[in-house]
Amino acid sequence: MLRDEDRIFTNLYGFESPFLDGAKTRGDWSGTKEILDLGRDKIIELVKESGLRGRGGAGFSTGMKWSFMPKTSNGPVYLVVNADEGEPGTCKDREIMRHDPHKLIEGCLIAGFAIGATATYIYIRGEFYYEAANVQRAIDEAYASGLIGKNACGSGYDHDVYLHLGAGAYICGEETALIESIEGKKGQPRNKPPFPAMAGLYSRPTTVNNVESIAVVPTILRRGASWFAGLGRPKNSGTKLFCISGHVNQPATVEEEMGIPLKELIEKHCGGVRGGWDNLLAIIPGGSSVPLLPKEICDTVLMDFDSLREVRSGLGTAAVIVMDKSTDIVRAIARLSKFYMHESCGQCTPCREGTGWMWRVMERLVKGNARVEEIDMLLDVTKQVEGHTICALGDAAAWPIQGLMRHFRPEVERRILEYRTHAERGVRVAAE
Amino acid sequence: MPKLTIDGIEVEVAPGTSVLQACEQLGIEVPRFCYHERLSVPANCRMCLVEVERSPKPVASCAMPAGEGMVVKTNTDTVHKARKGVMEFLLINHPLDCPICDQGGECDLQDQAVSYGYDRGRYEENKRAVTDKYMGPLIRTYMTRCIQCTRCIRFVDEIAGVPALGGLARGEHLEITPALEAGVNSELSGNLVDVCPVGALTSKPYAYNARPWELRKTESIDVMDAVGSNIRVDARGGEVLRVLPRLHEDVNEEWISDKTRYAIDGLKRQRLDRPYVRGADGKLKPATWAEAFAAIKTRLANVPGNKIAGITGDLVDVESVVALKDLLTGLGSANMDCRQDGAQFDTSNRAGYIFNSGIAGIENADVVLLIGTNPRWEAPLVNARIRKTYLTGKLKKVAVVGQNFDLTYPTQFLGNSGSVLSALADGSHPFVETLKAAKNPLIILGAGALRRGDGLAVQAAARAIAETVGAVREDWNGFNVLHLAAGRVGALDAGFLPGPGGRDLAGILAGAQSGEIEAVYLLGADEIDGAKLGKAFVIYQGHHGDRGAHRADVILPGAAYTEKNATYVNTEGRVQHARFATFPLGEAREDWKILRALSGELGQALGYDTLGQLRQRMAQANPVFATLDRLVPAVWGPFGQAGTVADAHFASPIENFYMTDPISRASQTMAQCTEAFLKPALPAAAAE
Repeated sequence: MLRDEDRIFTNLYGFESPFLDGAKTRGDWSGTKEILDLGRDKIIELVKESGLRGRGGAGFSTGMKWSFMPKTSNGPVYLVVNADEGEPGTCKDREIMRHDPHKLIEGCLIAGFAIGATATYIYIRGEFYYEAANVQRAIDEAYASGLIGKNACGSGYDHDVYLHLGAGAYICGEETALIESIEGKKGQPRNKPPFPAMAGLYSRPTTVNNVESIAVVPTILRRGASWFAGLGRPKNSGTKLFCISGHVNQPATVEEEMGIPLKELIEKHCGGVRGGWDNLLAIIPGGSSVPLLPKEICDTVLMDFDSLREVRSGLGTAAVIVMDKSTDIVRAIARLSKFYMHESCGQCTPCREGTGWMWRVMERLVKGNARVEEIDMLLDVTKQVEGHTICALGDAAAWPIQGLMRHFRPEVERRILEYRTHAERGVRVAAE
Repeated sequence: MPKLTIDGIEVEVAPGTSVLQACEQLGIEVPRFCYHERLSVPANCRMCLVEVERSPKPVASCAMPAGEGMVVKTNTDTVHKARKGVMEFLLINHPLDCPICDQGGECDLQDQAVSYGYDRGRYEENKRAVTDKYMGPLIRTYMTRCIQCTRCIRFVDEIAGVPALGGLARGEHLEITPALEAGVNSELSGNLVDVCPVGALTSKPYAYNARPWELRKTESIDVMDAVGSNIRVDARGGEVLRVLPRLHEDVNEEWISDKTRYAIDGLKRQRLDRPYVRGADGKLKPATWAEAFAAIKTRLANVPGNKIAGITGDLVDVESVVALKDLLTGLGSANMDCRQDGAQFDTSNRAGYIFNSGIAGIENADVVLLIGTNPRWEAPLVNARIRKTYLTGKLKKVAVVGQNFDLTYPTQFLGNSGSVLSALADGSHPFVETLKAAKNPLIILGAGALRRGDGLAVQAAARAIAETVGAVREDWNGFNVLHLAAGRVGALDAGFLPGPGGRDLAGILAGAQSGEIEAVYLLGADEIDGAKLGKAFVIYQGHHGDRGAHRADVILPGAAYTEKNATYVNTEGRVQHARFATFPLGEAREDWKILRALSGELGQALGYDTLGQLRQRMAQANPVFATLDRLVPAVWGPFGQAGTVADAHFASPIENFYMTDPISRASQTMAQCTEAFLKPALPAAAAE
């Protein structure tokens, strides 16, 4: 379990002031100039050494991502912070922006410096009005104190930070759709290549990072890459915010060490599963888009990128959705399918047409109004969507269904048989 | 030059080539819907997925640049499965209405479903239905058929430059819709029908008319403007049912204007299908050819040659112009003019009246100066070419002297009076510096600017600008005249101009009123005010009962451009052949044959009996007619006549893009377009 002194987000619950006075007592903005004095390459190297992997879901090495940025550029370069946090079940960036916005702003300055950016755009979803207000206040404070803006922190480096409110579309959390949205266009993902590091925001080199990835950077650099790398497991190092929701006694967002056993996470921080661990049915470990895990796997699985990948799921945004035995698991997944149908941008064919199809079949499966062969057909449709789309929303729509069928196929088949039996009985009643 | 391997074949391609293009170079077919080689690449249909080694997922080949050492596979199980999957997705919400769909038989979706799809469907849910949209009188929508490829959106945004379409809503509710349902107000909107790969956007006038396999397809040339767009005329029986563009990279690429495409219903209305002779009661009466010829012979007997004149119109082919010129010369007349609009310019040097740089040459220009022209209406495809060059970033600036129109790209308005042109010509205008600094300055002189009486001076001024700014060099000639009429350059090349001692248009009209000209032969000339012809005996030869026929004493019914093998020279000076697609109506005949027959009747028999002989005669008259579809660079030499450019404003010669000639004036579709797109802009007649 993470020791208190290893916590990065010490004001996660808002017991202290989120603003500059409070932030400074928590150690933010201390020695920022010295960090910048390390130079771009050294910062990137240290972040690489720390083993920080992107906290937005894909888990790509943050330092590596920064190193893709061109070393010299004759024009603006941007850092874009993805504060869209649309993944259902996820509520970690929200807490950072509410209660510790200066960690984010300081991170923007350091990360922006490391990639040679001229400005940062923080893209925050429109529903996060309170969070946006806090971040904006933090930005204003930072400007007023000379921490960002011209000659930020006295380092001689100029860096502006802008806040941009989105309109609350799930797809705008996809990095290129987010860029389109900032540009004032309809939020539709772009094709890659070119990757944002080559041509991103306004066709300039751009890095898009998650809020949490950026907010942990100042602390990593202050406390040392080896400190961060020493937490968790190799290649899955550091601390992570976990958001546990659903059928637990005390839902919470909590900072924990990577690789903590899932069971321990729930028992220690959330007061256990409602009705006890044995009442557990399944857990979605990383936000709505990753496949669910049945209880047998939840008993032992560790919460990090690679362990969850081994059990054919993923850490995603570490949004743990707990479902006890009262859950109608088919209906739960059907609801997610509806979400993906609703949020598909409609640009590319497999996702536009496939998400609606999958949802309609899922709706029938909830009642059992289908044939058993249709389960395989549905799985085939998910395979036709997965990997064939411009962005990962297609994959995200396919995975929950694949997870359901992998672990709960007998339940789905039972419903189909039951429905048929009922239907036959119903016919008999009507005939009388 | 990246080298890659596709299906085991190594190929070297130019940098920037996409994998799909590289496949095409090898002749490997990759199915696609959203990809169109002249539009941007959204890669949203996902039909062109291929396997690339070391890539975990199949890759959209249209958007993937070919890279060094790439190993591409287009014929694997993964690829087939991916294509089948995409095809299935496209079809689940596509209605099964091919039997009643106009696209049937020439539908990308149909063809590719057969080649790449499953042979049965698995989708059992309800299909989506989408409300149809109003896109104006030319485009019929059936949006349920739409596969959201967004080609139409990209076409109007990028080529037409009119952002009239967009995608509304998202996911499976994504709909293509025109802004405010106001129609697509572009001169190129008809091309949407071509770019749409399915039957969502079809041609409204052609709706439910024919199936593609019933049509006889003839490759021809368009005459609605002086661009000389390459077209394909699709006819069934004696009726032209539609016109489609034909690829010609140097002229129209693969687009045509709406007038070219949709004015053809004018070929069915107001047609002259038999000769007429004006009787003693002043009324035109149907006559036989013999009677018509006899009437002409009787009237012309004892009329000396110098009292006869000829004027040719906008749609005339070179054959009939040469025949008429030979006939008039035989009769002893030098009174002829092909400029029925009254334009005056020096015709002694070909470089002085053609589009020297060529239409494709616009793509090399970096600064363009438009003088008294609205290319968007006068030659939509020239305008599209300017916009294309502007979009590449190569074209830095377009300046306008004349009316300030919305040309779909930003322009710098220098003023619309003649004095601006004079200032540019004498170098005192600041814009001259911009032109001088340009690598390839281009000047487009509108035909309308030559019509205002001081045409010779305007031409000379434009020439002076071209010479001072270095627009005329060994490797670049940026002096261009943009004509409006398809028949004009051909007639100029044929020398249908006042001979020694002959009268030009103004002289002919003055003579007709004073009685010095007794007979006028109007060859398709419809833009002349009948009252100005005085009491002259008017022979009108043409295909439409328009203004010329109205005033005529004898009408000889000729053939429209779809009804004859004819030569046209476009504004660039490119000689092209239109081809016979349907027979002339009723007793109408090909125009040169009428003149040949009449010449025999008048005792001045022309020396050619076949088209081949006539074309030899044309080549003899001007060797340029023997060069087919080639740009013969005109030798720069002195032309023009320096003078004072009047301070009057340059006015647009076209008031209504949709109605500029007898055919489009007779077209109902063009009338509907006028109603839909121009009526609000035109002054209301009822208010008078």
